[in-house]
Amino acid sequence: MAILDKHKILETNATLLLVCSFLVVTIGGIVQIAPLFWLENTIEDVEGMRPYTPLELAGREIYVREGCYVCHSQMIRPMRDEVERYGHYSLAAESKYDHPHQWGSKRTGPDLARVGGRYSDDWHLDHMRSPQSVVPESIMPKYGFLEKKRIDGKYIGDLMKANAFVGVPYTEDMLENAQSDFMAQADPDSDYDSLLERYGEDGVNVRNFDGQAGVSEMDAVIAYLQMLGTLVDFSTFTPDASR
Amino acid sequence: MSKPSKKFDNDPNTTGHVWDGIEEFDNPMPRWWLWVFYVTIIWGIGYTIAYPAWPGIKGATAGVLGWSTRGDVVAEIQAAEDKLAPINAKLEAAELTQITTDPELGPYAVSAGDAVFKTWCAQCHGSGAAGAVGYPNLLDNDWLWGGDIENIYLTVRHGIRNEEDDDARYSEMPAFGDDYLEDAQIDAVVNFVMSLSGEPKDASVVVAGAEVFVDECSSCHMEDGTGDRDQGAPNLADAIWLYGGDYDSIKETVTYSRYGVMPSWGNRLTEAQVRAVSAYVHQLGGGE
Repeated sequence: MAILDKHKILETNATLLLVCSFLVVTIGGIVQIAPLFWLENTIEDVEGMRPYTPLELAGREIYVREGCYVCHSQMIRPMRDEVERYGHYSLAAESKYDHPHQWGSKRTGPDLARVGGRYSDDWHLDHMRSPQSVVPESIMPKYGFLEKKRIDGKYIGDLMKANAFVGVPYTEDMLENAQSDFMAQADPDSDYDSLLERYGEDGVNVRNFDGQAGVSEMDAVIAYLQMLGTLVDFSTFTPDASR
Repeated sequence: MSKPSKKFDNDPNTTGHVWDGIEEFDNPMPRWWLWVFYVTIIWGIGYTIAYPAWPGIKGATAGVLGWSTRGDVVAEIQAAEDKLAPINAKLEAAELTQITTDPELGPYAVSAGDAVFKTWCAQCHGSGAAGAVGYPNLLDNDWLWGGDIENIYLTVRHGIRNEEDDDARYSEMPAFGDDYLEDAQIDAVVNFVMSLSGEPKDASVVVAGAEVFVDECSSCHMEDGTGDRDQGAPNLADAIWLYGGDYDSIKETVTYSRYGVMPSWGNRLTEAQVRAVSAYVHQLGGGE
């Protein structure tokens, strides 16, 4: 058997075997890694996306900390039943500032990719305190403790810097004012004009989300939930078959 | 490695490998298996030509069939819409009061409304429409803003006390605790309200409470406490409570007031969907 005899050359020369194994691994590596350099190709060209505000980013961290992604996905698949229930299917552009993304892989609870603006803050508050008070058949745990935990955004600027380092377009202005923007978003009596100037007039909700003075983790989580899926202006979206 | 050897005449050839005297027969692959293997290779090549597959610098190849998931879902939604277009047009044109009695529209509106309700309304009003504290029960005869289909339609379409729709139903109960009524007056009126449909906590102040009620509450809730649907003022005499009928809950309502909000669904759903869900809610049991 000719091929086995040739293979014998490889098997009996350790250095040659090492070099050739390395070659094979390199090919495999290129196939997996090279496409990542063209990742931009997959991101749709749409208007409306902006980086998370400091308060929303904090809410997102709490979302990750509490493991919300274990039961809730943030990925509406392009199927009719999903689109009719949740809204327009998710775009890559909508996750481009997510580090890490929260697509999830399992829906014990509903998808949250477009939950923003769908319910009132009061509903979210009731639901977080006791999900069963509004959805009796729900098996979601209670998250009322979030409203007792005060937060001041002391380290939110550092987190934004880390996000900026991996490509989220936070400006110097945003980074410098991180903490004041953090406090302003949950207080409608504050001077929040500069926050809106930095992050956009239309897409930022400034409200006292949890209905109590000061900023709690509940404010942050509801601020995050209320903006999910609301940013992209779908009139600027043209589906492209090659994506 | 030694020379391949045959122990018996009808043994197949060996591969030539020998290890500790153990040799390996060189049996051919089963022919059916081999052919299936070749066919899958050919099929795989064909598949990458027909469907999106090969990555390039500016995007992947589109495939000669021109198929895409995103194109597919758009076509599927369009097909469903086209199929329902005639009956939806009929639903939009129909007199609201005629919908439920129409032999064709009635069943369609109710089942379409059921789907709309489960998607958009169940989170607050409950999957069975029985409501929750702060979110009205839609199964009973107690309506805040009216229970005939025209009123239900208006409520669904414009919502209540929201900021997104100028035609939203609006009324606002004052917070009587806000330096307006004395604590004793609030205590009295709460006991009076309790007495309208049950036992008060403190019967001795009910008479005093009745006076406060006539002065402060009766312009909206009427003198007998039966409410006024034009203002969304609840009936207080029927033992049906939106925020609870115990002393503490009613006291909280009187002191701080309530401000229940419902979104404007005319902004989010199609006219046919709004009409369908109105018909669905109307036939649940409380419709007038």
